[in-house]
Amino acid sequence: MRICLKLKISYIPLPLLLFTEMIKIKEKIYKWLFAISAFTSLIFLAGIAFVLFLEGLTIFKTVGFSDFIFGKNWYPTHEPPEFGILPLILGSLLVTFGALVVCVVLGIGSALYLYELAGQTQKAILKPVIELLASIPSIVFGFFGLVVVAPFLQKLLNIPVGLCAFTASLILGIMAVPTVCSITEDALNYVPKSFKEASFALGANRFQTLTKVVIPAAGSGILTAIMLGISRIIGETMAVLMVSGGAAVIPVSFFQPVRPMTSAIAAEMGEAVFGSQHFHALFAIGLVLFLIALFLNIFAEIMIHKYRSKLRLNR
Amino acid sequence: MKRSQNIFLGFIYFCAGLTLLFLFLIIFFMTVRGIRVISWEFITSVPKKAMTEGGIAPAIVGTFYLTLGSIIIALPLGLSCAIYLCEYSHRNFVVNIIEASIKNLAGVPSIIFGLFGLAIFVKFFNFGVSILSGCLTLSIMILPGIISASQEALNSVPQSLREASFALGATQWQTIKKIVLPSALKGILTGVILNIGRAAGETAPILFTAATFYKRGYPDSIFSEVMALPYHIYALVTEGTHPQKQIAIAYGCSLVLLFLVLLISSFAIYFRQKQMSSEKCLMQ
Repeated sequence: MRICLKLKISYIPLPLLLFTEMIKIKEKIYKWLFAISAFTSLIFLAGIAFVLFLEGLTIFKTVGFSDFIFGKNWYPTHEPPEFGILPLILGSLLVTFGALVVCVVLGIGSALYLYELAGQTQKAILKPVIELLASIPSIVFGFFGLVVVAPFLQKLLNIPVGLCAFTASLILGIMAVPTVCSITEDALNYVPKSFKEASFALGANRFQTLTKVVIPAAGSGILTAIMLGISRIIGETMAVLMVSGGAAVIPVSFFQPVRPMTSAIAAEMGEAVFGSQHFHALFAIGLVLFLIALFLNIFAEIMIHKYRSKLRLNR
Repeated sequence: MKRSQNIFLGFIYFCAGLTLLFLFLIIFFMTVRGIRVISWEFITSVPKKAMTEGGIAPAIVGTFYLTLGSIIIALPLGLSCAIYLCEYSHRNFVVNIIEASIKNLAGVPSIIFGLFGLAIFVKFFNFGVSILSGCLTLSIMILPGIISASQEALNSVPQSLREASFALGATQWQTIKKIVLPSALKGILTGVILNIGRAAGETAPILFTAATFYKRGYPDSIFSEVMALPYHIYALVTEGTHPQKQIAIAYGCSLVLLFLVLLISSFAIYFRQKQMSSEKCLMQ
């Protein structure tokens, strides 16, 4: 290639030579522009981590690390203030656990319906409908939970307050259904048809084939779906802020108001003075949340690779 | 054995039905209770008497500005990132790191973006609580979505088109500009539209960076605070002095937001469905 070009150069007129050189330079500039912009996500992710560490770690100068994580009292505006986020962590865990039950049952159930029972037309209608469910803003879910679901459950179950961990779990669970459902359905579709046919040929019925062959084969894919579902639930802010009740006490039952981590940040950041201890404590909660989400996402990513390579689908 | 199968299949029917029922209930309640307050005046006038009467026009305008601004920032960045990953790069360590960071950025809770925006745009760059801060924060949040949608669209362009272009002597950038981008345009647009819906409905990132409960009239520059539909709903039910009157307005507000978001998303989903079936025809 080089030799050819050099041979040609001897009889290419100068203006044309300049022209080709300019095109080459232009190509390089574009390549570098795209390369730089490719790094933006990495920069933003690193920037978010940096900001959270920078603003959050300051709180540990005044409050010890274990006092912060395991402290039982969250009274940021009292004098003296107490910054123990154990009630918030437990609130998040309780709501996440409840929501997980809802979204796993409904999400995997719906995915199995799409996979096993729905015909072509039903699939063509149901899949977009589930995607629409995913696009409903969380604030609308929260508002719906606040004005319709909470009063309804309060009457139905005869509980003192409608805005409690149970209601929040229900709403958040429904919100995570589309995530769990679509990833599970993908995982089910990745299972080769031959597996199913072999199972039928051995005389197994649909139930046996699904539970003993298809679901185990798609196992790590379903686990990925659950991981991403948890990640969605634990990071959900507006809906949980509106329906969880907001009491920062260590929860002992499902029918008690709680204050998960996200809603504490959202509700209190408006009042916290910039640069105060409370401000830094809220960033530290953000840091805890960020690390949890990061861990879940990385874990889910590893699981995806695992099941794709298990079924030899690595492209 | 037969019985266990029937119970299991019945359970699957029940799950799918319950999910659909919930979707139906949300839309039903919002429509029935929201339609009462919605009128032409509600959509086009400003709030009056401490948010108990009047319309929500500033909130609609604010949501429009925020969404438009975040797309204007995120689209060029996301698209060029996708172009680099699909057209220029080879599989190596750096590219793996970039892809992992995109996936992880997509999984960051929305409130964290709000914290980041507050610390960086509002305080560090001193943009204050403003449209600009809000747009920047929202654009970071929708960036991963735009990148992966664009990547998918670029990957669906057949390799033979690129090869044909190279064979005619076109350079890499000429091929991208004249061949790859026009063929991937529809797919990219669909992804962008889906993300517009997401940006319009998101509340947590603008909570401390752009939104305000009440503002006289419309925003006049990118440095002014702004009312936004989702935040307006939140503020109506949690603040203020006349819960009963405000809840009615909040229903109207939710219906407008729900209508806008569902309209945008169903448009994108329909668009994509159509495109997928036409691609299938091409393949066969």
